[in-house]
Amino acid sequence: MYNFEYAKPHSLHDVAALTNDDSVFLAGGQTIIPTLKQRLASPGSVIDLANVPELRGLHLQEGALGIGAMTRHVDVEQSADVQKAIPALAELAKGIGDPQVRHRGTIGGSVANHDPAADYPAALLALGAVIMTNKRQHAADDFFTGIFSTALEPGELITSIGLPIPDQAAYAKLEQRASRYALVGVFVAKSGSDVRVGVSGAGADGAFRCTELEHALTANFTPDAAKAVKLSAGGMLGDLHGSAEYRAAMIPVMASRAVATALSR
Amino acid sequence: MSESGIGAAVKRREDFRFLKGIGTYTDDINQPGQAYVYFLRSPLAHGTLSALDTAAAKASPGVLAVYTGDDMAEMAGLPCGWLVTGKDEKPMVEPKHPILAHKKVRHVGDPVVAVIAETLEQAKDAAEKIDLAIDELPAVVDMRKALAGGVSVHDEAPDNMCFDWELGDKAAVDAAFASAHHVTKLDLVNNRLIPNAMEPRAAIGAYDLATEEHTLYTTSQNPHVIRLLMGAFVLGIPEHKLRVVAPDVGGGFGSKIYHYAEEAFVTWASKQVGRPVKWVAERTESFTTDAHGRDHISHVEMAFDANGKALALKVDTMANMGAYLSTFAPCIPTWLHGTLLAGQYATPAIHCNVKAVFTTTTPVDAYRGAGRPEATFLLERIMSKAAAEMGMDQAELRRQNFIQPDQFPYQTPVAVVYDTGDYEASLNKALELASYAGFADRKAAAKSRGKLRGIGVASYIEACGIAPSSLVGSLGARAGLYEAATVRVNPTGSVSVYTGSHSHGQGHDTTFAQVVADKLGLPLEQIDIVHGDTAKVPFGMGTYGSRSLAVGGTALVNALNKVIDKGRRIAAHLLEAAEGDIEFADGTYTVKGTDKQKTFGEVALTAYVPHQYPIEEIEPGLEETAFYDPKNFTYPAGTYICEVEIDPTTGQTEIVQFVAADDFGNIVNPMIVEGQVHGGLVQGIGQAMLEHAVYDDGGQLLTGSYMDYCMPRADDVPSFQVATTCTPCTHNPLGVKGCGEAGAIGAPPAVINAVCDALAEYGVDHMDMPATPEKVWRAINNAATPMAAE
Repeated sequence: MYNFEYAKPHSLHDVAALTNDDSVFLAGGQTIIPTLKQRLASPGSVIDLANVPELRGLHLQEGALGIGAMTRHVDVEQSADVQKAIPALAELAKGIGDPQVRHRGTIGGSVANHDPAADYPAALLALGAVIMTNKRQHAADDFFTGIFSTALEPGELITSIGLPIPDQAAYAKLEQRASRYALVGVFVAKSGSDVRVGVSGAGADGAFRCTELEHALTANFTPDAAKAVKLSAGGMLGDLHGSAEYRAAMIPVMASRAVATALSR
Repeated sequence: MSESGIGAAVKRREDFRFLKGIGTYTDDINQPGQAYVYFLRSPLAHGTLSALDTAAAKASPGVLAVYTGDDMAEMAGLPCGWLVTGKDEKPMVEPKHPILAHKKVRHVGDPVVAVIAETLEQAKDAAEKIDLAIDELPAVVDMRKALAGGVSVHDEAPDNMCFDWELGDKAAVDAAFASAHHVTKLDLVNNRLIPNAMEPRAAIGAYDLATEEHTLYTTSQNPHVIRLLMGAFVLGIPEHKLRVVAPDVGGGFGSKIYHYAEEAFVTWASKQVGRPVKWVAERTESFTTDAHGRDHISHVEMAFDANGKALALKVDTMANMGAYLSTFAPCIPTWLHGTLLAGQYATPAIHCNVKAVFTTTTPVDAYRGAGRPEATFLLERIMSKAAAEMGMDQAELRRQNFIQPDQFPYQTPVAVVYDTGDYEASLNKALELASYAGFADRKAAAKSRGKLRGIGVASYIEACGIAPSSLVGSLGARAGLYEAATVRVNPTGSVSVYTGSHSHGQGHDTTFAQVVADKLGLPLEQIDIVHGDTAKVPFGMGTYGSRSLAVGGTALVNALNKVIDKGRRIAAHLLEAAEGDIEFADGTYTVKGTDKQKTFGEVALTAYVPHQYPIEEIEPGLEETAFYDPKNFTYPAGTYICEVEIDPTTGQTEIVQFVAADDFGNIVNPMIVEGQVHGGLVQGIGQAMLEHAVYDDGGQLLTGSYMDYCMPRADDVPSFQVATTCTPCTHNPLGVKGCGEAGAIGAPPAVINAVCDALAEYGVDHMDMPATPEKVWRAINNAATPMAAE
């Protein structure tokens, strides 16, 4: 680890004052801390967000769930409001990493990092989430711009995530067995006649919406309809844990499982 | 059986300090004035050093010294402890393994520059200022391509062949194949593994100018071996001036047997800079520099007569040595592999050829099982494949080929002599526990749930308790393989045992104490087991190859018997009886047929306070040492049965049942043995299902972290059903065989046999490890038509 300045501000206003071209934000630290320890990053300053009250809280409103950026995975998993409004999201959070990760990692950190195999991006895309920042708000569809990249500008900080509550939803994931990140993670959400499908882990450009599955499931919201979809391996990630072809084949399989779970609630 | 003696399931005494976090590992040790070394390592697999400028690093804040291969060029390299002689009496090629790479780098992680500074961060800062340029050479990764020549890892081996070795009677094998009714053929890979001990390697060198004594604290399974290899062959330090301490060690699995460059470096450098020098591996360094395991490519053929009787076996193996010869690397694919190819079977003719190959990868050496897992995997795979081909039951084919109990001692066609065993007993036990007869119903039930169910049997044998010194000497070992123990009875009757064995997870503090408690009739609280410090314990060869109890335990028993015998003479004097009339039992010397007695404690006190004592006839004191050289290997054996269910839509494979029936001979602590079996099984299942060290064509390790190298976790394995059968070892007093490696040896073929059985209807007759979901999914989807398609 290289030396850096460390600050732990108490308001968004103070965060803004501390932010500069050479600073990084520290949320749950699940990516930045290992990166710093391995000397793969050398920021001038680290701004710890743990004490910023505007980034906390979880609110169930009419038709939507608002989750503060610093909300830990375990808090999403155990929240009665989340379990009631979007049980699929609580289940997703329960499946992230391990207990240590879930007790440190945050939704804001995960979304801002856009690890292509992280679970939340699939959910945000499928739910049509709104990502609120200290400067503006983003539609999820416009937010994830590529692997480890987002529409966030330098110094822009996610403050909360707004999630419309669907009629039915579920998440199914095939784990990469070493890291237990998603090799393929599919979040299916149905609101009225509208079906949206978000996919993590499989896209060469990061999380994406799968329009082929959305069309099939809008016509017929059943596991078999999902399973019948054939996807091209083009645009899929391929690595030693799974070829592009395998990932492409597993997306409909995971989608069919998610639909089955959604229908069983 | 007493509640703490041999056979009792005593809880591990050492776990108190381990669970409380108050053990002392090498990284817990800090010396006054300690400096830190950081090794700048090669990022490339193969290349020549074209520029190396360390001036800026030397001037960096806090830096004490910077060393390169040039500074150590005149020094000896790291020695290999085993000379394998190939065909035509040709000795293996043994290139120098320098402490720091000199002129050339040969694998990713090869140390190039050592920077010593006041703090580790300063050493790292300085290392970033080193100007290192490497002219990249083509990597040599694939053994088949390596042997074709073109690019040489070492000039001494232009075709990258370290040795070309054979064992067995080729003519007899060829004749048997010519008359065979059925021949089964199999090409397989035994996948490369990375040991991943929980505690990374670490070393501290400390030189005392006043006494001219060097001390090395290190994560070793065998401190005396390190003292011998490093002192005599690398650094030229006489043994009385070199102390090696291996304190608590957090797992080894073989990877901490070997003498590593970092140990020699810190020992040498401490004298150079006049400061203790500490090194602790980061996990990435563990992945690229701890010796790897396995990595064989084999072609196997087995011949049978019309009744399924095995006639002959022939094996052609390529074994990856990596870039340099690690301490015991050459003996693993040869004398610990070829010699086990008879397995549990009375196959009359066996021939094995092994070509050992240099590649630009991390050195490969013994890893839990060491040669025996490779032998067992290929033999037990081909047995199940042969059974399927001949339409026979895989368990019954094994049964009818077993060496029978009345055939022991049994001379195999591959050099070793099995002392005892009852292979049918462990097979039957396993079949019963696995409800083998009910498998067809379970398979049908699985099918109704959309799952493919398969069952796999594997009957393994291993050779443990390595080994008679004269035998291993004749096979190329450059050391003896005896063990030593000192039993020091203290004046008030407590006992300190000094053993050359080394515990790094095995539980010696408990099991060795149980042996003492049993023999001397003392409570465990009065017994201490001391290991891991060459200044304290007698010269011993350490712990590996499941040898501690069979060899070290026998040395301990022999020393205890000497103590008891001397005590008998003292007791005879005190009781005014003839020595021959004194019996010793339950901690008391008794005059036969009387109630006249002296406790062991009274005798001990007399030995140290010899006021009324036959001082002319018996020396005072009560302390004895024994060295024990084993008479043979021991041969644990057993049968494992694995049952899997495969989800054909994803290829995900779940182990739904795993049964292990082992014959370890007598057992000192059944709870510890069960724990050892569990650990071995998890490692074996890890190899079969999850673990694989993968290099790309450029020699980069793609699985260099836990993000990509899949370690087994608790939820990857089922609750194991384990049982034991017992034929006591015939040639050691405890009748013990060793249990540490069995699980890792027997599990891989049991798992893969089960996977292949499940996929048989798709025409799958082999799958290389690990059986990943994609591999299984492809096997299902690539099958033209399921043979049993509805």
